[in-house]
Amino acid sequence: MNNGSNTNRWRRFSEWDERMLRHDLFAAEDPESGFSVFKSPHDPEPGAKVSDGRIVSLDGTPEEEFDIIDEFIARHHLDPEVVEEAMALDDGAVARMLVDINVPRPELERLARGMTPAKLAGVVGHLSSIEIAFAFYKMRQRKTPGNQAHVTNAKDDPLQLAADAATASELGFDEIETTTRVASNSWANAIGCTVGAAVGRGEVLVQCSIEEAEELQVGMAGFATYAETISVYGTEKAFVDGDDTPWSKAFLTACYASRGIKARCTSGAGAELLMGFHDKKSVLYLEARCLCLQRAMGIQGTQNGGVDGAALTASMAGGVRELMAENLIAVWLGLECATGNDQRSSESEIRVGAKITPFLLTGSDLITSGFGSIKKYDNSFNAALFNGEEIEDWLALQRDYEVDGGLTPLDEDKVLGRRIRAVEAMAAVLEELDLAKPTTAQVQSVIFASGSDETESFSAGEVTPISRAIKDRKLTAADVVRALAKRGFREEAENLLFMLKQRVTGDYLQTSAIFRDRKIISALNDPNDYSGPASAYKMSSERWSKVQDVRGVLTKSRVLATEAADRQNYPQFLAEIGSAVTGTDPNEVVIGVSPAFGVEIFRTTAGHLLSDVVDALVDGVEQGGGTARLIRVRHSADTSFIGLSAARMAGSGIGIGIQAKGTAVMHGSDRMPHYNIELFSNAPLATIDHYRTLGYNAARRTFGEEKEPVVIPFTGEAMAARFHARVAILFAIETELTDESAEPVQLSRIQKGN
Amino acid sequence: MNAKELFPLAENAPDRVKTPTGKSLSDLTVDGILAGDITQEDLAITPEALHLQAEIANSVGRHALAENFHRAAELVRVPQEVLMETYDMLRPGRSDLRSLLERAELFRREYNADRIAAFVEEAAVLYERRKIFTKRY
Repeated sequence: MNNGSNTNRWRRFSEWDERMLRHDLFAAEDPESGFSVFKSPHDPEPGAKVSDGRIVSLDGTPEEEFDIIDEFIARHHLDPEVVEEAMALDDGAVARMLVDINVPRPELERLARGMTPAKLAGVVGHLSSIEIAFAFYKMRQRKTPGNQAHVTNAKDDPLQLAADAATASELGFDEIETTTRVASNSWANAIGCTVGAAVGRGEVLVQCSIEEAEELQVGMAGFATYAETISVYGTEKAFVDGDDTPWSKAFLTACYASRGIKARCTSGAGAELLMGFHDKKSVLYLEARCLCLQRAMGIQGTQNGGVDGAALTASMAGGVRELMAENLIAVWLGLECATGNDQRSSESEIRVGAKITPFLLTGSDLITSGFGSIKKYDNSFNAALFNGEEIEDWLALQRDYEVDGGLTPLDEDKVLGRRIRAVEAMAAVLEELDLAKPTTAQVQSVIFASGSDETESFSAGEVTPISRAIKDRKLTAADVVRALAKRGFREEAENLLFMLKQRVTGDYLQTSAIFRDRKIISALNDPNDYSGPASAYKMSSERWSKVQDVRGVLTKSRVLATEAADRQNYPQFLAEIGSAVTGTDPNEVVIGVSPAFGVEIFRTTAGHLLSDVVDALVDGVEQGGGTARLIRVRHSADTSFIGLSAARMAGSGIGIGIQAKGTAVMHGSDRMPHYNIELFSNAPLATIDHYRTLGYNAARRTFGEEKEPVVIPFTGEAMAARFHARVAILFAIETELTDESAEPVQLSRIQKGN
Repeated sequence: MNAKELFPLAENAPDRVKTPTGKSLSDLTVDGILAGDITQEDLAITPEALHLQAEIANSVGRHALAENFHRAAELVRVPQEVLMETYDMLRPGRSDLRSLLERAELFRREYNADRIAAFVEEAAVLYERRKIFTKRY
């Protein structure tokens, strides 16, 4: 049998092969190779023994066999006074407490201080995905949600970094993370983001993700306000292979605090698997070890949820549920949580949207630990889950669910102003500090550029000497404040100083700290105290109206303004010439138009001028050998009733009804109102030729011929999404003009050019 | 006053915070920077501020975080080079039991950093048992 191709296969599979989803990999469960999500047969049973106030056994391992991770957790995480109570609780009972609105968050955090990694992993394993999300909603630390942006570019161009950092700030991001294409450009990148972040709100935290020692130096110089590259791992071998130990990382954590710099750790499922040292344990158990370790180190927060291992974890069955579960353990342990969602973990836009949705609904301290605020190709961390291309999708999701994803729709003029200011400030700083002399052409090219492919600015190689000079000359953020102020960027100088002053008080070292309206908000002064309906974070009405105001929101007045402009441009083309009467010509086709047709509305939803549509219908009727007569039906705006009314006035009994939006019907006088002969329901897809053919078919029908009906080709567009809001507004104009007692009137075409 | 009420210090207790150079928060102005009175050295945290933040963290049950602030307080006056050198010594395969114990002693002696010293000693003993001192390159 020939199926039209050479394979014995249902062709739908070939079509599915072409979808982006098929680029994603799906991996089988295989604990021996490290591919297990919530539970591996090699995971230990939960347990802890306390003797004389000392932890002597942890998850089945006696203290003399503790590895570096066990030891650190036993000595610095577990509270011997809580261990016996917490470990004795039934896993299912604790799971229920996590979703019980009557059990306060602090009580669960107290119990977590007595729980081992295996215990924490076991408990969250009892929760379904929606329960994990709900528990996260209740347990997350700061009440007000926040978000973090990646700001990088493929040239390490400081002018573009400044413009894009200012843009990210204007979008509402609370933190900006940068990194470099070329390692030696780190100082210039940090300065670019610092200057950009000083424009506008001027309260965004800045991070430059580079080699640990260098990053601390950049931070000390004032060019970074936070760090999140303190990576930890869940097996001893992975940790050592990462060239660190819990003690070295805890020491580094204390170093950051000693320099007044906010810090968080990084961990996530799949990291050990990628490094080849997974000990056959489940990824959740290993991550639970990482998280206990982080709390033990005294870091205020974590960036977890897969992070670099997100795609690997998502390749496993239940993997995305696991990513949510590890975020839950983080907040349960009292850590600020930047909930991953940074790596592009799928090529499928549907999987991307689905992955972020629970986090948008629950909110999070930082919903993504890196939203690609720039274009994908400019992201030096690789593509993020959401990118510059997709910012407006995010804005739409916020609006759909009435949730605060941390972003605010941009005003075109305002954001352009911010970009100009940022690039000019950066150019001034480079000049004032004698680092470079940016040209007007360089500055101009960056302002309007969507990405670095469009700029004529610094290349990565040209940035290196600038970066080296900043480092070698020991320039500091105080020098940048001076340069800004001297060159007339006083507001930006004040903003930068505001951020530098934070390191004197150290307020932002406390859990989940960000800045809003020049005030610090954190888990301490803005705690998530969810206890059921009406206790959660809620947008203020002012904030909600900003979130709603995405680009191109339709209102009746805006739609009418468009039509009013058309009325100016297109003169009346139909004249009313008295009451319509019933015709007698057996080949007469009556074309009935709706109340607002050519009165208030002048174009179909497909954009055709109504005068052209009428001409096509009349031409078609005439080509078919019929005579066309035009009437306006005023008692109804419904296509079927208009068509039926027209048919009943036609000598042939055949009529065409058409609404101003372009929906048309062919009707017969002997039919029920909604049982028509032909219908154009997808008016936005109808062409002028379709209308002509409809007229032709109607005329031939008066001769008793049944022609092939006009079928408007439809290729799967979301017609309702594209047109219904506008159509509903337009149709209201039609219905407002209807008068149930009004009789149809006869119309004549006013000749063009007259 | 409960320590929690002090937070944020910038708003609720600005007078309890000084720069390492003894200046007040209100002295930190752009004009001060333009005049050369304020430099990057003024824009730094003090052990006192970190201990205060530790008190605040303890008051809300965040004891591990408080402990980190106390450790950090001990590191404020430790020069950057010593910090980086110590960080490196704590990495796998960089040191040996004796050097690390000596480093702990240095912290105790030179910087009055008892918590850090104990922390480094704890690492040293464990590194020996777990063969973390084994050279890796």
